[in-house]
Amino acid sequence: MKKLTLLLLATFLTAACALAQGTGYKVGDVARDFTLKGVDGNMYSLEGEIIEGFIVIFTCNHCPYAIAYEDRIIELNKKYASLGYPVIAINPNDPVKQPDDSYEKMQVRAREKGFNFLYLYDETQEIAKAYGATRTPHVYLLDKNRVVRYIGAIDDNHEDATAVKEKYLENAINDLRNGKAVAVPQTKAIGCTIKWKA
Amino acid sequence: MRPQPKCPIRRLYSMRDFFGAFAVLLLFHTSTLAQMPMVKAGQIDAWRKAKTDSVLVINFWATWCVPCIEELPDLLRLNTAYADRKVRLVLVSNDFKKNIETKVVPFVREHAIEPYTVFMDEPTPNKWIDTVNPDWSGGIPSTWMLNPVNGKEAFHEGKMSYEQMEKMLLSVLEN
Repeated sequence: MKKLTLLLLATFLTAACALAQGTGYKVGDVARDFTLKGVDGNMYSLEGEIIEGFIVIFTCNHCPYAIAYEDRIIELNKKYASLGYPVIAINPNDPVKQPDDSYEKMQVRAREKGFNFLYLYDETQEIAKAYGATRTPHVYLLDKNRVVRYIGAIDDNHEDATAVKEKYLENAINDLRNGKAVAVPQTKAIGCTIKWKA
Repeated sequence: MRPQPKCPIRRLYSMRDFFGAFAVLLLFHTSTLAQMPMVKAGQIDAWRKAKTDSVLVINFWATWCVPCIEELPDLLRLNTAYADRKVRLVLVSNDFKKNIETKVVPFVREHAIEPYTVFMDEPTPNKWIDTVNPDWSGGIPSTWMLNPVNGKEAFHEGKMSYEQMEKMLLSVLEN
């Protein structure tokens, strides 16, 4: 992910200043940046080169919905990263509640499936809370100014990728790329509940 | 749609309790493969408009959902405790359809919840979630209680304790 600036922990301070919001983002809000550890051990942030936007997806290892979408997320990144919309996957789950979602298991899953996108660990759950994510997978499409342009599900059929009729996320990206207002800016993210720390 | 007696699980579905309680409210068809009552998105409205004096406790769950399974005994306990007030439990499985035979049916049998279980046979939850409650994020477990007599409804997203369930039920039972 060349277009993302690799940051050292020292720069974490700037991100840490942003206050977490109680209710999370709505379409039109400016999303905060973050600095999170990827499965490669490096710290990543959205700050850096201006690209077109980001496909931020809260997801995890264990959830059957997340698993059902893995191949589609790989395809999304394949298709849209080169157009300036890389996928940034973030696992916010508490590994105490769901051991399969530990950082080590993230590394294993990313390797097994050959994830071509960043897979980051939201260990404090601060980012998921700030965004208002509740599900895995739960998508936040950000534009180049980090304005939230779409929130919700990837498409309308979690179980069967071949039976999808509406690609909510792709439609939103295409609207953005065409300089149009996103026609369907919000759907309900279908998936597992994020496992919050006790 | 009469159950065929040769299949044990179908026979269980035909139990008097089940049919007496809400078969009349249920627009289900039975999957020929899975032997599981299937409901469609329209069922949500059908429940809401049902002409019955049964108070429905409708729980959305799935076999893979740990908190759902954890609250199941309390739902069953509530159902038993309030049976004399015509409370009827409906467990709406939101499992993947491909898992009906491998996971849902065995689970339902093992836990003896056949009389209560139906399967939500809709590939697009975004088409029916809002009809239950617009504030529902779609997360499970979620419980929706309906009293057709006084028109009261209550909805809760997330796992509940028995005390919470009971309080919620009383809020729709009381006039």
